[in-house]
Amino acid sequence: MLWACILLPQLAMDGVQRHRANPCEPLVLLTGSPQRRVLQAVNPAARALGLKPGQSLTAAQTLTRGVATAEYDLAAIERWQQFLAAWAYGFSAQVSLHYPRCLLLEVQSSLGLFGPWSRFEARLRAELSALAFQHRIAVAPNPAAARVLVNVGDGLMASDERMLKQMLDPLPVERLGLSATVTMAFNRMGLRQLRQLLALPRDSLAKRFPAEVLRHLDTLSGQRPLALDFFMPADVFDTRIELSFEVESHQALLFPLRRLTADLAAYLACRDSGVQRFTLHLEHRAGADTQIQVGLLSAERDPGMLFELTRGRLEHQQLPAPVLAVRLEARELPVFAPQHQQLFDERPQQNQPWEQLRERLRARLGDDALHGLGARADHRPEHAWQHEPTNPLLPPSGPRPGWLLSEPLPMREASLRILSGPERIESGWWDGEDVRRDYYVVQTRAGQRGWAYRTVGSDGPLLLHGWFA
Amino acid sequence: MSSVVALDRLIDARRVWRGQVVSSPSGANFSTGHHFLDAVLPGGGWPKAALSEILTTAPGIGELSLLWPTLASLTVSGERVVLISPPHLPYPQAWIHAGVDLRQLSIIQADGRDALWAAEQCLRSGSCGAVLSWLRQADDRSLRRLQVAAATGQTLAFAYRPQVEATNPSPAALRLVLDSQPAQLRVIKCRGGLPPAQPLAFAWH
Repeated sequence: MLWACILLPQLAMDGVQRHRANPCEPLVLLTGSPQRRVLQAVNPAARALGLKPGQSLTAAQTLTRGVATAEYDLAAIERWQQFLAAWAYGFSAQVSLHYPRCLLLEVQSSLGLFGPWSRFEARLRAELSALAFQHRIAVAPNPAAARVLVNVGDGLMASDERMLKQMLDPLPVERLGLSATVTMAFNRMGLRQLRQLLALPRDSLAKRFPAEVLRHLDTLSGQRPLALDFFMPADVFDTRIELSFEVESHQALLFPLRRLTADLAAYLACRDSGVQRFTLHLEHRAGADTQIQVGLLSAERDPGMLFELTRGRLEHQQLPAPVLAVRLEARELPVFAPQHQQLFDERPQQNQPWEQLRERLRARLGDDALHGLGARADHRPEHAWQHEPTNPLLPPSGPRPGWLLSEPLPMREASLRILSGPERIESGWWDGEDVRRDYYVVQTRAGQRGWAYRTVGSDGPLLLHGWFA
Repeated sequence: MSSVVALDRLIDARRVWRGQVVSSPSGANFSTGHHFLDAVLPGGGWPKAALSEILTTAPGIGELSLLWPTLASLTVSGERVVLISPPHLPYPQAWIHAGVDLRQLSIIQADGRDALWAAEQCLRSGSCGAVLSWLRQADDRSLRRLQVAAATGQTLAFAYRPQVEATNPSPAALRLVLDSQPAQLRVIKCRGGLPPAQPLAFAWH
């Protein structure tokens, strides 16, 4: 087995920064009690201003001003770890969050699908960079050794036990992940490298040092397996972005929205599912959240399309109050069946399939703006159509016009010429919308052909009900 | 007269353009389904991947019968036809009678700029066979957008407009005027050829 360890050195900072439009502005993360706020993490721009982790906020404010601050949120870090584990689950069936801020992946069994390690690694790095997470990757035959190697350098790889031994032997004792007191004791005894530790007799090591030391050394060399809890992906997607200020315009919501939909698409791709219905919650300071339901006619997972659709719905929404946070929740994740596409398409310029176009139109114009047309086996014109396409057996009938008027109009013209008729339509006594009409094909003086009727028994003007066009 | 040039040599050298020659190869366009119209249009039919304008005075003068054969052959071959903001409800029985497969027909209700936007999206996507739009007010610029969208998506575009627009210039590749009294069809512009001087009798019923 080969284990890859992906270390996320700035997980908290990356997690906060990916929701900000400008990553170059200085940003610090704060921790500690309200009386004594301490800088926990700083980004490169803030570091350039002379800020360092461990400084107090007061000291930082005397050094500079106008630095953006955010809370160092442990719950958020946990959420990002879960999100990245879900992402890694797309590459390996064995993903573990055993070490904090680290992903452990078993990669040997994935090499058959993702190609040789060099290509696989390039893909992992490209996707992590696209998700805006800094990372270091190392590979070793056991997870503990991979964790130690990733501390030493980025991109290290030990493909077998012998090579691992060569790489581990010269490592200084400080880098092995032993506790501080044990490390100090070794150093005072003059033992600087792992090689020297391994040369010691085991029984004396066991006698002088806690049991964990020997256990850790055995795990590193692969003689003792490490028990890992493996990651199980969640069944719902629920991600929330807290905005750094109150947002009142749609425009400012688009950036977090793009992140959310991209995350949703990444999550769906890992599960090989699509999304058909999801909810966007806009959280306000007071009152209930504004909820925007996005429904699609078929399961989709293309990030660009999900963003465009949600944007279309969002722009139609009135914001009753400033927005503090945006949350995207998807509970129905049906199986995604990619569309069949022919190798030799008849029209090569076809760049957007009808299903996508239909969703775009519905998103901007509303759900009811787009419909089909179907016939119903009914003689009454107003009941002879419906919005869903059907294929019923139609009864034989006289000539029918191409246009049907939604409301019949009285025809006042004196010089109407009756071309044919009457055709009696008498139906509907069973559903209370009984009609008894005589229909005529008429021609106006201007040459238009109409379809007009007069209710049996009345002697008013002819009512125009359609145009032969 | 210093030299005498034989006429056929001049023509063979392609230095003289002859007005009556149709520039696009015949049969390349989409047949209208009406023989009398195919015979006069350059390329023998609707210009492909371009906008055609149909200018009418009033409903009920054959404006649908003009297009029904085209729509029927498109829908039967599985192409989608989109109607954008039609003035009335299409009566399904009549459309089925004309041979149109209703399963391939979609109707979009929108007005003003949304209708133009929808028409442009449908044309540009390339997933429709034909897009018919009824534009209440369309200026030169929006028609040009539709024309470009039709060329991008390789789609037949039809725009129904009132006849008063006939005097205004238009970027459409083909402009037809439907007269009701007498029932006739006038071609006032066709790209790639000269419009016929005489109106064409159009017995649509």
